[in-house]
Amino acid sequence: MALAELVQYVATGLLVGGVYALMSIGLALIFGVMRVVNFAQGDFMMLGMYLTYFYAVSGSIDPLLGAVLTIPPFFALGWLVHRGLLARVTGGGDPQRQMDAQLILTLGLSLVITNATTMILTPTPRGIRTAYATQAFVLGPVLLNQARSYAFVMALVLAVAVYVFLTRTDAGKALRAAADDPEAAAYQGIDVRAMHALAFGTGIALVAAAGGLLATYYPIEPTVAGNFIVLMFVAVVLGGLGSIPGAFVGGLVIGLVQSLTLLVLPFQLQNTGVFIAFLLVLYLRPQGLFGRRARTV
Amino acid sequence: MPSRSRGWLAIAAVVAAGGVLTLVIDERYHHRVLTLVFLWAAMGLAWNIISGYAGQISFGHQVFFGIGAYVTVLLVVKLGLTPWIGMIVAVAVAVLAAVLIGLPTFRLAGIYFGLATLAYPLIFRIVMDWLGYQEVALPMKREHQAWFMQFTEPRSFDLLALGVLAGTLVLSRVIETSRLGYRLRAIRENEQAAEAMGVDAFRGKMAAYMLSAAPAAVVGAVYIHAILFIVTPEAVFGLLVISQTLVVCLVGGTGTLWGPLIGAAIMVPVSEVLDATVGDRLPGIQGVVYGAALVLFMMYAPEGVYWRLRQALHRRRDAPAARSPIAVAPVDETTAARPTATVLLDVRGVSKSFIGLQALSDVGFEVREREILGVIGPNGAGKTTLFNVLNGFLTADRGEVRFLGEAVTGQRPSALCRRGLGRTFQVVRTFPRLTVLENVMVGAFVRERAVGRAQAAARVALSRVGVADRAGLLPSSLTTLELRLMELARCLATSPKLVLLDEPLAGLSADGVDIMIGMIRRVRADGVTVVIIEHTMQALLRLADRLIVLDQGRRLAEGAPGQVTRDPAVIEAYLGKRWLARMGSPAC
Repeated sequence: MALAELVQYVATGLLVGGVYALMSIGLALIFGVMRVVNFAQGDFMMLGMYLTYFYAVSGSIDPLLGAVLTIPPFFALGWLVHRGLLARVTGGGDPQRQMDAQLILTLGLSLVITNATTMILTPTPRGIRTAYATQAFVLGPVLLNQARSYAFVMALVLAVAVYVFLTRTDAGKALRAAADDPEAAAYQGIDVRAMHALAFGTGIALVAAAGGLLATYYPIEPTVAGNFIVLMFVAVVLGGLGSIPGAFVGGLVIGLVQSLTLLVLPFQLQNTGVFIAFLLVLYLRPQGLFGRRARTV
Repeated sequence: MPSRSRGWLAIAAVVAAGGVLTLVIDERYHHRVLTLVFLWAAMGLAWNIISGYAGQISFGHQVFFGIGAYVTVLLVVKLGLTPWIGMIVAVAVAVLAAVLIGLPTFRLAGIYFGLATLAYPLIFRIVMDWLGYQEVALPMKREHQAWFMQFTEPRSFDLLALGVLAGTLVLSRVIETSRLGYRLRAIRENEQAAEAMGVDAFRGKMAAYMLSAAPAAVVGAVYIHAILFIVTPEAVFGLLVISQTLVVCLVGGTGTLWGPLIGAAIMVPVSEVLDATVGDRLPGIQGVVYGAALVLFMMYAPEGVYWRLRQALHRRRDAPAARSPIAVAPVDETTAARPTATVLLDVRGVSKSFIGLQALSDVGFEVREREILGVIGPNGAGKTTLFNVLNGFLTADRGEVRFLGEAVTGQRPSALCRRGLGRTFQVVRTFPRLTVLENVMVGAFVRERAVGRAQAAARVALSRVGVADRAGLLPSSLTTLELRLMELARCLATSPKLVLLDEPLAGLSADGVDIMIGMIRRVRADGVTVVIIEHTMQALLRLADRLIVLDQGRRLAEGAPGQVTRDPAVIEAYLGKRWLARMGSPAC
């Protein structure tokens, strides 16, 4: 009985963690390549949720498909945001100040997106009705919510696709080169600025898709970003800032920690477990579980 | 000094202007805006102490704002304690929280620090919710208005907020013009160089954090009484509090007390007016305006209004200063100080390895008082690693370093600097946004507490190396030689007994090398012991009393220059075996 309960909590945690993993990969990719912590990541996720919602409402597109269909427009949006805003921040030639300014810029962007969405779409929460949201797969004593299970599988597929893109394609390899050593990459003829735009576009597209998957079982509202951006930060720090596989595992761990915290703490305190894990990792292993070394960036 | 009293006068003028505004304004709503301007300026100033002066960007500073609010309100609600006393308790709690948060968090550098600070207000939010303090209203105390800070006259809140602002301005000014202020800016500009110049970076940051927590708590307490009346976790620990703080500081400019003041004076009225006019139809307009201001300022004026204006004014005033050529008074080597038998620095069996690389293995030697000891070796021989171990940047895996007869292994660079161990760097590490004089003052503060005396000491140090007339320039306008001399002056200003010079001749012209060599001779003639790294032998043959040769982390040879350069092992390390076969003469 107790064991079944534990398995239930672990399974629930992992299912939720899969979506966290996908959104965290986007953040890790942006950080890994640009060394910028994107504060607006949660807001792009929120926009991805809304787009999936509108696909579902006006086009009767199933959110699992809708989530994938957010990828092209959000890739373009990310590319444009990079070209139009981030790339114009120079920091007077000092890379550290450039990164600081870009970080603050994303914070400003986050404020604009949250509040503009509130103005335009009203704060009223919305939801997508699907048949599978209220159904569960029954595996013996363990129940798996169908929406979460599908979302998990989709997140896994997209994460694998990103991994293949980064390791098997020329563009992916160029991206990793630009992340490892921008200067050396530039000498090899890699357009580092284009790589930054590619990373930002891809990172935004991934988090939007993750938002779409989340929308199958989570209410959609303009301020939803706040609940998730910190979870993403934690997952990315947990995995080692900038490490893609690390962010994936980090996301799964966050799901698990959230779920297992419920075994010992009341629901309201669910996220304290996450933050305590976050602080512990920062203090004990700031380079993260998968980081190569403690970087003082 | 005139410029110092001018600063105080400016503060007095601002506070007086604020007082006049308070008196002439009539409408209740305008008073509210004015109170908000004062409070957000004060909150910005609080943040500016840790993030502007000390450069440690905190994304969680609202944690102290929230503590100030909750502690004062809960004391009124539970104990009926007046907020005037409650505020003092709140400040104490906030400062204690700063210590508890700072102790672990300052072990993290850069973005890790910023990310970690995000977590604290979130934890407080959750805990306050859980404790049942989702909404705590101020109990109405009509009969004792002043005692419970519940004025009906809006001017009273203006004046209260103005008082908080005035106090925070004074605090900021005191920090700016004190030793702590110079040290904080040094930490911001280059933490390692600051440590090497005797600044204990951890203590500096901690002091700044505590000093910035206190006013933030006061602002939080007053904000509840003047504006909110009801405290909720979202309202005081939420993202909008830190966003508003950041906007005020970044629009105005960080690292100066005028920045947050200018930022608040611009941004608060703009957003309040928008909120009042279109806020009904467009809820969230404030957030959009703040966000847009952040985006636009980062793109077009990341340094903020204050620095932008200052730059514009200075560009007109700055005439290219005439610089006199640098000259060294020659040292009469016949009467000059010679090495004594006293051992100043004793290095025994020091080993240090990095992952997969043995950088130093079992290195040992002695440095005698008033000696010039040269450390040579090919690239990658471990010379700089040796210096990093000697001055405390790295801790040796094995072995011992004794300085002035005491074991100093494992001490922080700042502690070693205060003991009299100075150093310079292979690539000059300046404090870029401090003038040459201020750069050197950071070193002088090791011996002098008062700013005036440190300034005098710094001027003396600059004259000693012949660049006194560059005192007012920024390091970015100096030549390589001038930079190296400035770094030497900064090091000498700490009154060292021994200096570690890491390739002081690198990148210098032939004339520059002559000047630098003359300078180093002078330094020794003044009684300072010198250990110098070079990888070109010629220069060291002219300068050093004794040489140590490192190769692949090992001590290859030691002795008088002439003797060492004839050592076959040394020639082989430098030029390879084939040269050794061909040459019978020294390798220079």
